[in-house]
Amino acid sequence: MRMWWKDVWPPVVAVLLFLGAWQAAVYMFHIEDWILPSPAGIAREAASGAQGLPGHTLATLRLTLTGFVIGTAVGFIIALILHMLPGLKTALYPLLVVSQNVPTIALAPLLMIWFGFGMLPKIIVITLVCFFPVAVAAMDGLARTDRTMMNYMQMAGAGRWQTFSKLELPHALPSLFSGLRIAATYSVMGAVIGEWIGSDRGIGYYMMLQKSAYRTDRVFVAIVIVVLLSLLMVGLITLLEKRLIRWNAKSREVSR
Amino acid sequence: MSRNISIPGAIDAAAAMPSSALEADGITKSFRDRKTEVKVLDGLSLTVQPGQFASIIGPSGSGKSTLFHIIGGLLKPDAGAIRMNGSDVTGQKGRIAYMPQQPALFPWRTALDNVLLPRELSGMPKEQARDEARILMERAGLSGFENAYPDTLSGGMQQRTAFLRTLMSPQEVMCLDEPFSALDALTRTDMQHWLLDMWEADRRSVLMITHHIEEALLLSDVVYVMSNRPAAILQKIEVPFARPRSEALLHQPAFLALKQEISDRMRNELRKS
Repeated sequence: MRMWWKDVWPPVVAVLLFLGAWQAAVYMFHIEDWILPSPAGIAREAASGAQGLPGHTLATLRLTLTGFVIGTAVGFIIALILHMLPGLKTALYPLLVVSQNVPTIALAPLLMIWFGFGMLPKIIVITLVCFFPVAVAAMDGLARTDRTMMNYMQMAGAGRWQTFSKLELPHALPSLFSGLRIAATYSVMGAVIGEWIGSDRGIGYYMMLQKSAYRTDRVFVAIVIVVLLSLLMVGLITLLEKRLIRWNAKSREVSR
Repeated sequence: MSRNISIPGAIDAAAAMPSSALEADGITKSFRDRKTEVKVLDGLSLTVQPGQFASIIGPSGSGKSTLFHIIGGLLKPDAGAIRMNGSDVTGQKGRIAYMPQQPALFPWRTALDNVLLPRELSGMPKEQARDEARILMERAGLSGFENAYPDTLSGGMQQRTAFLRTLMSPQEVMCLDEPFSALDALTRTDMQHWLLDMWEADRRSVLMITHHIEEALLLSDVVYVMSNRPAAILQKIEVPFARPRSEALLHQPAFLALKQEISDRMRNELRKS
């Protein structure tokens, strides 16, 4: 507990100092509420519970989780296929990298035109931002299998599936999780962008609505919720990682 | 002192018999590095009889590991053949129980699960293999560490676990690639005696690579001295000491004389390069 607190207090103090400076600046320079509300004002607005905010949050969470699961699954399957077929990997890897240079914000409206305003285009947006970190991390982990262990498995006469399931996959798990963690934060961003472009609910939609009404304080409340959602996603992944990767001495210490 | 030293190339009566557990016959292997071709093994031949402990000693970088990769089927020799019990197994994987130089234990498996891995690979149900592995670990002085992960074990215990994993392999011939080279001198001596006890209990056929002369003489029935690159067998030494052997052997004049002789031989070989 003591150790845990030791790691936590420096960032907490940093955030408190930042909020304090912000509050002081708004107060001293008489900044208008609709330009930059003070932290206290934002907190007041959040506490008063803007109408329908929990509903919007839930909608975004549902969209994020669905998109994250589909996106990471797509990323993992791409990694598996390219790992098994090295020739295909050489051909497609550059294309994967290029796909990340297409700005999501430009692509999203096109997806709305093609697939309407339902779940599908939003899921596609999230998948597009999620699959890449997972695919790259998984491919990396699979390709970096320990040479000696690999030799051992082959000399022991292990088959392709045994080598994969007993060596390559568990060996790639820590690497895969670093990709999953990035994908987790991206998925929230993807969901919000999807909702900006075309939706009638969700935090992204709420944000657009409040922006048009110059309710800057409510936009900030939405931002805080997006941040919290991201943290929640990362927390879920970290929890899953600790459950699955128990051999790592550090994570074992924490779970005990 | 009765000692049987045969000249390489001369036909050994035992080697001609088809019953040898492992036979490498005229193994030649070169690697191509850009345009230059490096010959690593040059007509290397050796045999391991059933239940025999054989060692190869040679200067480092003399292609010992390449030989094991060929025996294990990872590499194909340019010429020559690997035979087991008289049948040609050149290039076939899964024919030997291999112990790599580093323990190479799977960090996500407990010590017990590492030990029983070979049984799992051969399709045995995990529960059945578990009992067997537990008995073996107890015999090896590792009871209490069944559920420990490898990163919590000391170097010596990791090596023991890796050796037990090799012992659990269903294949008859065990190939040990410098099993103790990563250990400190004290642990190493300890491990040599441990291995001696473990092996003398059930006498599998073993081919061990080492660059440690004392270790080779203490453990082996036959020692093959390897030449520099390109490697062939310089000398085959039948180790005359009776079993079971103990630490006292290390101080006997006959043992020391043999050790000195091999040491001189190897020093001469090194000077040639």
